[in-house]
Amino acid sequence: MAKVIVVTSGKGGVGKTTTSAAIATGLAQRGHKTVIIDFDVGLRNVDLIMGCERRVVYDFINVINGDAKLSQALIKDKRVETLFILATSQTRDKDALTEEGVKRVIDELKTQFDYIVCDSPAGIERGAFLAMYYADEAVVVANPEVSSVRDADRMIGLVTSKSARAEKGETLPQHLLLTRYDAERVEKGEMLRLEDVQEILAVPLLAVVPECPSVLQASNVGMPVILDEKSPAAKAYAEAVGRLLGETIEITIPKAPKRGLFDRLLRRSA
Amino acid sequence: MPPRPAAPDTAAAPFQIRGTSFTLLALKLADPGNPDFFARLAETLALAPGFYSKAPIILDLSALTATRPIDMTGFCAGLRDLGLVPVGIQGATAAWEDAATEAGLAVFPAGRAAEAQTVRGRAKPLAGPPKARLVTEPVRSGQQIYAADGDLIVTAAVSRGAELLAEGNIHVYGPLRGRAVAGLGGDRSVRIFCRHLDADLVSIGGFYMVSEQMDQGLIGKPVQIRLVEERLVFETL
Repeated sequence: MAKVIVVTSGKGGVGKTTTSAAIATGLAQRGHKTVIIDFDVGLRNVDLIMGCERRVVYDFINVINGDAKLSQALIKDKRVETLFILATSQTRDKDALTEEGVKRVIDELKTQFDYIVCDSPAGIERGAFLAMYYADEAVVVANPEVSSVRDADRMIGLVTSKSARAEKGETLPQHLLLTRYDAERVEKGEMLRLEDVQEILAVPLLAVVPECPSVLQASNVGMPVILDEKSPAAKAYAEAVGRLLGETIEITIPKAPKRGLFDRLLRRSA
Repeated sequence: MPPRPAAPDTAAAPFQIRGTSFTLLALKLADPGNPDFFARLAETLALAPGFYSKAPIILDLSALTATRPIDMTGFCAGLRDLGLVPVGIQGATAAWEDAATEAGLAVFPAGRAAEAQTVRGRAKPLAGPPKARLVTEPVRSGQQIYAADGDLIVTAAVSRGAELLAEGNIHVYGPLRGRAVAGLGGDRSVRIFCRHLDADLVSIGGFYMVSEQMDQGLIGKPVQIRLVEERLVFETL
């Protein structure tokens, strides 16, 4: 049975698309046939992060409008065999998404895929609403920072009350994925502590992705960061994928690097 | 009545005048001179004694415009004997108004009456106590929970930006970080109870206080909040 996973956050710039790309790629690496859909109509990014922006001919909106068949719009990833991308339109806006159209596309994808990862736009308007509406499971992305946590809380509330599953009275598992976690700044009190975020949001933790230059580097070259084997962020995302698949994996909490006396002296003089 | 901040400690005026509105019972008189009048009335009142006991009542005289006034003082004494408290008249002619004023009754402008009902058989039993609304899931930012009939009980956390509204009391067993508005209909006797006070705003019967004004020593403590003479009083539990 196909599973629809929405990656959402409320706030922008917290790492939704990076996370969607990493999780979709991770699921595909494990042999599950996976598709990632970009719901951010007008600000399409998934194709960039996945490095296939120049291969987009037809998109999600074309399929919704019946201008193209789903098979024409699905882009096959060149690195991972079982991974597909459904890019969105750069020239339209969120009003191009219709409840009925999204349902039709998702229902059709369900017959072909094991996992459908919906990359939500920021905000709580139409695009974000439709991205989460048909979800079976939600990954809520937040940074350890007050406004992001507040927006994530709002989003969790919306998913809990407004999704199709919620309307039918069914449960919808939600997971917290904390990104851009900088242990050093947390220690200094400049960022919220993990426990504080968990206390406020009260949903199970999926992973803690450390702040890491490899994330930006990967985006710049159009590669999902999970494919960068040396990256600590990739390790965290791999854990997240395992946990989504129901494996029991202990969550790695990034730790601040220990600095020797020499390091500290150098930093002070720098 | 728009909500306003709880009065400062220096409020010294010995009284306040303000407009309020009540729903009153009206007794429409068809034949007050009937010798059986009080006996028949007593029978009707006996159907719901608790409801009518000490009930303020207005005499609707609109059916008696063609008749001469009766002795209102004596008539009112008869009503009081049955446990009613006549407070005024409405719909009367000048002659009736004079008689009523003499008897100490106020003259009300014609009110919009609820639909007249002839009492047949026994009155329905009064509704049971108002039902409390129970919420066991966290109340998230942007969510609003309204208990229209009475108390609101939340056993989980109430996030910043979430809003609890209740006609009655509010009880929160998780941390209370959002807003809690109790006594929404103006009931000042209700209270707010919480295990962990960290609210953005609390309000009782239209009197509110924001977190900045609260005693910071109470943050994180189990607290009950009540309204005493237009001041919100916080007490640790």
